[in-house]
Amino acid sequence: MIKFENLAISFGKLNVLKGINASFDAGKIICIIGPNGSGKTTMIKCLLGMTIPNSGRILFDGKPIVGEELYRKEIGYMPQIGRYPDNMTIGQIIAMMKDLRNEVTQLDETIFEQFQIQAMLQKKMRTLSGGTTQKVSAGLAFLFNPKVLVLDEPTAGLDPSAAEILKQKILKAKQDGKLVLITSHIMSEIDEMADEILYMQEGNVLFHKNIEQLKAETGQTKLGRAILKTINPVVA
Amino acid sequence: MTRPLLIFLICLSFFQAKAKVVFVGNRFPQKTIQAALNIVKPYDSIILKAGTYNCICAIVKIPLTIIGEANAILDGHSKDEVLLILSNDVKLENLTVINSNMGSMKDYAGIRVFKARNVSINNCKLINTFFGIYLSDSKHCSVTNCQSKGLNYGKSFTGNGIHLWKCDSITITNNHLEGHRDGIYFEFAKHCFITKNLCEKNYRYGLHFMFSNDDTYLNNDFRNNGTGVAVMYSHGLKMYDNRFENNWGDASYGLLLKDISNSDIRNNHIINNTIGITMEGSSNIHFEHNEFADNGYALRVWANCTNDTFLHNTFRNNTFDAATNGELQQDLFDFNYWDKYDGYDLNKDKIGDVPYHPVSMYSMLIQQMPHAVMLMHSFIVNLLDKAEKSIPSMTPNAFVDNHPLMKKYD
Amino acid sequence: MMKIAKYVVWNILRSKIILAYTLFLFAVAFGTFSFESDVSKSIASLMSIVLIIIPLVSIIFTTIYFYNSSEFIELLMAQPISRKKIFFGEYLGVGTSMLCAYLIGIALPVIIYSADAVGFTLIASGACLTLVFVSLAFFASVLTRDKAKGIGISLMIWFYFSIIYDAIVLGVMFAFSDYPLERVMVLLSSFNPIDLSRILILLKLDISALMGFTGAVYKDFFGNSNGIIFSIAMQMIWIVLPLFSAFRIFRRKNW
Repeated sequence: MIKFENLAISFGKLNVLKGINASFDAGKIICIIGPNGSGKTTMIKCLLGMTIPNSGRILFDGKPIVGEELYRKEIGYMPQIGRYPDNMTIGQIIAMMKDLRNEVTQLDETIFEQFQIQAMLQKKMRTLSGGTTQKVSAGLAFLFNPKVLVLDEPTAGLDPSAAEILKQKILKAKQDGKLVLITSHIMSEIDEMADEILYMQEGNVLFHKNIEQLKAETGQTKLGRAILKTINPVVA
Repeated sequence: MTRPLLIFLICLSFFQAKAKVVFVGNRFPQKTIQAALNIVKPYDSIILKAGTYNCICAIVKIPLTIIGEANAILDGHSKDEVLLILSNDVKLENLTVINSNMGSMKDYAGIRVFKARNVSINNCKLINTFFGIYLSDSKHCSVTNCQSKGLNYGKSFTGNGIHLWKCDSITITNNHLEGHRDGIYFEFAKHCFITKNLCEKNYRYGLHFMFSNDDTYLNNDFRNNGTGVAVMYSHGLKMYDNRFENNWGDASYGLLLKDISNSDIRNNHIINNTIGITMEGSSNIHFEHNEFADNGYALRVWANCTNDTFLHNTFRNNTFDAATNGELQQDLFDFNYWDKYDGYDLNKDKIGDVPYHPVSMYSMLIQQMPHAVMLMHSFIVNLLDKAEKSIPSMTPNAFVDNHPLMKKYD
Repeated sequence: MMKIAKYVVWNILRSKIILAYTLFLFAVAFGTFSFESDVSKSIASLMSIVLIIIPLVSIIFTTIYFYNSSEFIELLMAQPISRKKIFFGEYLGVGTSMLCAYLIGIALPVIIYSADAVGFTLIASGACLTLVFVSLAFFASVLTRDKAKGIGISLMIWFYFSIIYDAIVLGVMFAFSDYPLERVMVLLSSFNPIDLSRILILLKLDISALMGFTGAVYKDFFGNSNGIIFSIAMQMIWIVLPLFSAFRIFRRKNW
């Protein structure tokens, strides 16, 4: 469904992505992991067209995304740190997004309901805590029932019950045949949800493997140890 | 029945023989003005009945009074001058003079007075005459309540409204002169009084005089003339209570003074002219209580002017208060009111404590580099002017009012 | 695009700064007209204010707004909305808001007091300047991510067009004062939107009588229909050129 071909990008002298190849299929939850600064967020932003690659291309449903925007109808994006016009209220943001998209698809407002956002519609964005902002971001990502969900550290900053709600929602999305791309550092969470792991290091894809295959290859039952063993067999 | 009639006829014939009044009109023996002029004796009167009379260079050679009734018109048929006065003691009243000839070789006039004394011209109207009233070599004459409108052929084909050449002691009062080359023109005219005249929309100058000394101008109104009022090569002038207004154009000014000396200019209003007063080579002129308002430049004083004094004048709302073309300045400015003055008055004597320099940096700049007009009203020019005010370097130091008034002088 | 512009306008209106700006202009315009009995004099003083304040406020306000709306832009980026629509929607929104503020603040009093050729020249010039400096602000804003730097660049641009350019012109005049510079001057003044506006208004104000031969050359050039078309074209270029340069950068910009 989504294919990265030789994607490379540099900010000035810094090579952030050094020719990435990967492809992701529908009905899977793929976890992108890797150390801080390894290029995970950049990769996601490339997918969304927010960052423009120096070379290489991204195919969405077989079509290159460069210069296109309509493919983004099918992507729900939850940023790592949601930034919103801070003098708008939650209600206004949601209304504005609905208005701008102006789509006839069935809206999915379950997250807003479960997070009880409805009670906070009058609150201005600038007064919100990080966690509440994340809840709004999550809600917006799922709102338009997209085929692909791109979630950048979705549970970071969420309280445990909210994180659990979100996890259930993600698993539900997978059952509905959607492709979910997640970046995360929380191994237990990844272990619980992910079908595939894509490990990034210094702008390269170190490996991209099915989680069961990975465990089998390393003979580990815990994902964390399996990964560690893969990237540095000596330590493990 | 027949006797009284007979007596009356005898009386009438007797009276006619001694007649002092000659009527000219359709129903009278004298049907033309020339016929009347042919039979009059000195100090007779001619009364023109209503009607239009041919009058191609009618010459008055003896003292005479010519009075027109309402709608009495003398028509020159654009052939020559209309009326020519060659005698002393002639009075013209209520005449309407139309259609003189015009030409580039001869100055055809509606009414010409030549070598005469005590001629008075009253309530006359001149329409479509090349020159209106032309006095030469005459003395002690007066032109009062007359109106003259220039020829309708435009700028190059119009003469002057009232033209004086080599005259003395002429009084010109209450006339309205419009659409001429110059409204009033003087050359070698001395001791004249010019009062309450209105000169407007003349193509060149409202008032123009040269080599005319010791004349007095009171209460005249010069407005909307092509280039304003020009005064040259004269001395001993008095100009009081006149208005110089709306002379706006590329080369217009309210009043041009060129080589004028020992004159007195007071209580005049110089309003809304491109240049209020421009002075060249003038000396010993005293300006007092004049109002300079809304002009482009209020004053343009060339550096060759000496010993002029400006006292108690009011300057307001002029784009530039003064301009000059050199460092040297020998004129005195004192106790004037300048609306651009932003000094202070600590001792409350209504006189500003710091001197005012009426020549702005930018006005100097323009004199040297005319291209700089492109920057008029721009931010940088305002800044330069402010900077120059605090640290003068370019503007002439002597061009200064040491006692600028805080309030307009009443 | 219209929807984005709508949200931009709505957002700007909520900040109230634009209202303060409108009121300020309105007060200045009314003040100038009521203190001064001669309308053409008040137009002249209003012009000085308009030529300084309008560019300054337009460029600074827009720059700050652009940086402050980076969240908004980021939000839109992830949506199926093209960058073109985002960019020109933003421009449309900011431009409309600034233009409205200007029209209410300056044009309204001018129409009330002086609805003639001079007044309309002033209104049109100020409106053009507003759009020109909003364009320039967009250009300054896409050059750098750093808000402080962006505002600095904007200030420099304003400073350049308000003062430095004229200082250079003055220098040129000094250096080449012996040459016939009239045509060059006409050209030089068209390269600065502020100068161009100022000269157009001055010519209409009939101050050109004061401007002597140079003024006559200007009047000759700008007075006929070709000159008017030329000056409108120049102002349009000043709006379009920075805007499209900004868009070229924006299109490739990373968020």
